[in-house]
Amino acid sequence: MTQPTAPTATAPSSGTGAVARRASSFLATRPRLRLGLLLSAPLTWLVLVYVVALAALLVTALWSVDAFTGEIDRGLTLDNLREVATESLYRTVTLRTLGVAALVTVIDVAIALPIAFYMAKVASPRARRLLVVAVLTPLWASYLVKAFAWRSLLSEGGLVDWVLNPFGAHSPGYGLTAVVMTQAYIWLPYVILPIFAGMERVPDSLLEAAGDLGASAGTTVRTVVMPLLLPAVVAGSIFSFSLTLGDYISVNIVGGANQMLGNLVYTNVGAANNLPLAAAIALVPIVIMLGYLAAVRRTGALDNL
Amino acid sequence: MTLSPVSRRALLAATALVLVLMYAPLLVVVANSFNPDPSMTWPPDGFTTQWWVRAFHSAGARDAVLTSVEVALASTAVALVLGTLMAFALQRFRFFGRNTVNLLVILPIALPGIVTGVALNNAFRGILAIELGVATLVVAHATFCIVTVFNNVVARLRRMGGNLEEASADLGAGLWTTFRLVTFPQLRSALLAGGLLAFALSFDEIIVTTFTAGPGTTTLPIWILNNLFRPNQAPVVAVVAVVLIVVSVVPIWIAQRIAGEAETVR
Repeated sequence: MTQPTAPTATAPSSGTGAVARRASSFLATRPRLRLGLLLSAPLTWLVLVYVVALAALLVTALWSVDAFTGEIDRGLTLDNLREVATESLYRTVTLRTLGVAALVTVIDVAIALPIAFYMAKVASPRARRLLVVAVLTPLWASYLVKAFAWRSLLSEGGLVDWVLNPFGAHSPGYGLTAVVMTQAYIWLPYVILPIFAGMERVPDSLLEAAGDLGASAGTTVRTVVMPLLLPAVVAGSIFSFSLTLGDYISVNIVGGANQMLGNLVYTNVGAANNLPLAAAIALVPIVIMLGYLAAVRRTGALDNL
Repeated sequence: MTLSPVSRRALLAATALVLVLMYAPLLVVVANSFNPDPSMTWPPDGFTTQWWVRAFHSAGARDAVLTSVEVALASTAVALVLGTLMAFALQRFRFFGRNTVNLLVILPIALPGIVTGVALNNAFRGILAIELGVATLVVAHATFCIVTVFNNVVARLRRMGGNLEEASADLGAGLWTTFRLVTFPQLRSALLAGGLLAFALSFDEIIVTTFTAGPGTTTLPIWILNNLFRPNQAPVVAVVAVVLIVVSVVPIWIAQRIAGEAETVR
């Protein structure tokens, strides 16, 4: 970017300026007031819309629904939490969701590492720019388009069948395998980008030094690149993990009859009309995610988001 | 570190393979939009433009696009204002609780979509007893769009430093004049990149949307979802998908031109 030259300030003699000038000089000596004015609107919005909604969700989990009228009873009870904690359905679905999210994250990181390394450290600057665009473009293509694409790829007589049939194999069809493939595909760019950005920040001089001191490429990657890259990898994993954890649409599209946590939440908000139970189920991904964020905070990954 | 030619070539092959895997599904959608067989078997056994004709005459799809554009524009406008204010506050000041506020900004995208969705649904419907509709949808979308604007503006402010603004103040310009003539011109491309991203995020969002839109509001993603499982509508959805892929190239092109680097495009 070329450095823009500062335009000369308008002379203070312009007509309407009196009030503005007084306000301006009043504020100029009061940084705390300036900060307050800046923060007031966005902070009010985020607290009112988001924090209050999350807090209300916690409270709602303690309410119950009258079985006959369907009205919400605001008396406090631990029934929903107990149900979610003890019923085997919730345990099965939670484990399934966690398993899918973990698998998707591992696959995405495993794919992203060599690509990001190639992009940042091997490719020429010109190829690097093209590769960034190439990786970014699918990010902008609609989420549903991608899930839909995999639905038609994996369908009976679809492309995957067409490729695999000559080898005597079949498309996995709609099911958990399809969910993992689709999710890994959809979130891959979200994992590549932070890892690529992290890889670019690894100084070339360190790699050269390691080479000069006799380290093989493998040793350099293991002992120099990976430790420096850890925050970026964790940042990428937050994306794929959280996005998979909260997804229930692609399960509907390619997952067959399987359910993830999101499906249970959605059913209870909609068809079953049991908001308190939905709130209690939603606490599961919140707890998992907060635990994950707390565990990775020390790596500095949150600054890489 | 010197890579052996073999590992260099292996890396190139892996990169190429992943790019093929990334684009193949999208190309298949393009091909299927011309596939006469509505169950979309591969390879296509002919060529037809009938789905394209049907898609262009679909009133449902057109209305859904308009609703999506309306919601995305409104959310982007809110996110631009709030995200920019927040970026100035967190980048230019050090204060108690700054890290907490920072976490608060990223929380709506860091927490899974169903959590945001059910929390807002519960707040609107259960607590406030508001009817779900375009307004609630805009509030929800704006909340998670703030962070994209915020990220872009913070990155730009960090790079800008404060020298030019100080010079402007030393030359007698007030806060407003300095912002208008010195700060804003430098921020413009970051705002455009952040705004584009917010628009795209809102336009494409489906999970929070299903919880906050209500039965009467059909955005394009909801329309796609509703039509996906109808036997004869799937190829029409493929057409809409192709249009979306093509249209999505435009913001990337603009973002690349104005930003020039990857860090501002997220």
